[in-house]
Amino acid sequence: MLAAIRASGQDFPVLLHIVGATIVFGALLASASSVALAHGQIRLFRVGYFSLLFVALPGWILMRLSGEWIYRKQGWDDLPDQFSKPTWLRIGFDVADWGGLLFLLALVVGGVAVLRMRNGKSGATLLKVTMAIAVVLAIGYVIAVWAMTGKPS
Amino acid sequence: MSFQDWIFSIHLLFAATLVGGLVMSWIVAVALYSTHAADETLGFNRVATIANVAIMLGLPGTIALGIWLAVLRPEFHPWDGWIIGAIVLWVIATAAVLRSFAESRKPVVRSRELVAAGRRDASEELTTLNQNLTGLLFRAAGSVAIVLIVIDMIYKPGA
Repeated sequence: MLAAIRASGQDFPVLLHIVGATIVFGALLASASSVALAHGQIRLFRVGYFSLLFVALPGWILMRLSGEWIYRKQGWDDLPDQFSKPTWLRIGFDVADWGGLLFLLALVVGGVAVLRMRNGKSGATLLKVTMAIAVVLAIGYVIAVWAMTGKPS
Repeated sequence: MSFQDWIFSIHLLFAATLVGGLVMSWIVAVALYSTHAADETLGFNRVATIANVAIMLGLPGTIALGIWLAVLRPEFHPWDGWIIGAIVLWVIATAAVLRSFAESRKPVVRSRELVAAGRRDASEELTTLNQNLTGLLFRAAGSVAIVLIVIDMIYKPGA
């Protein structure tokens, strides 16, 4: 029962939002696991990075754009200034936006690591930084799923 | 948060774990498609094991809490068409995913044999096993069933 019955016209953006979020979550787990379990194997390091670039990034874009679509459809952008947005919505935006910045940092650091590896230098340490960011982001997504579905306030 | 909210939230966390595990398993399947050596196959198998654990946590977690929610919430019943549809799809997804796990064991078993025999270089036999179409088809069938469940849960036809 993924959600309660909602107003018509919101189902499709919700579907896109959920698909995007789960793609990001799966790719973050794949990335972190590949780097953590690489044991020096270059292909596993590369898969760890490229799953972020080619799977998590499109998923993040889909999740963020469809989230904005739902936000506008539900009229949150028209909320008068004297009303504050609910906590669950703020958590969702914080994880998506601040997490997005962290995610870009992970992509840059991982990209440098992959380039170094291509030139025969070591990039394992930088990829481990990318892995750590991926783990933090995955935990952030778990908190966001809890907040956005349980809606604590 | 009410007790129902907690159940709903945990139900969705299991669903995210399940779909996340599937995404992860597809990344590994695509990577394995161009893998020819035993060491690399075993390396990707370590990642696949994490994905399989996520899937095996997600499958029973989503169905158990989903049915519980259908009982708890007065507006839904376990015999509603869209819920029965989801249960049927869940059975199909579980059968297909379990079969894909069995298929994905074959290159792992062969890789262990090759490593034990000291053969760590590329093997044509291993390439064929890693490109096994049966496993990919079962994984695809399971994934389609899961995506249909997500669509069913969101649109709730007939509710």
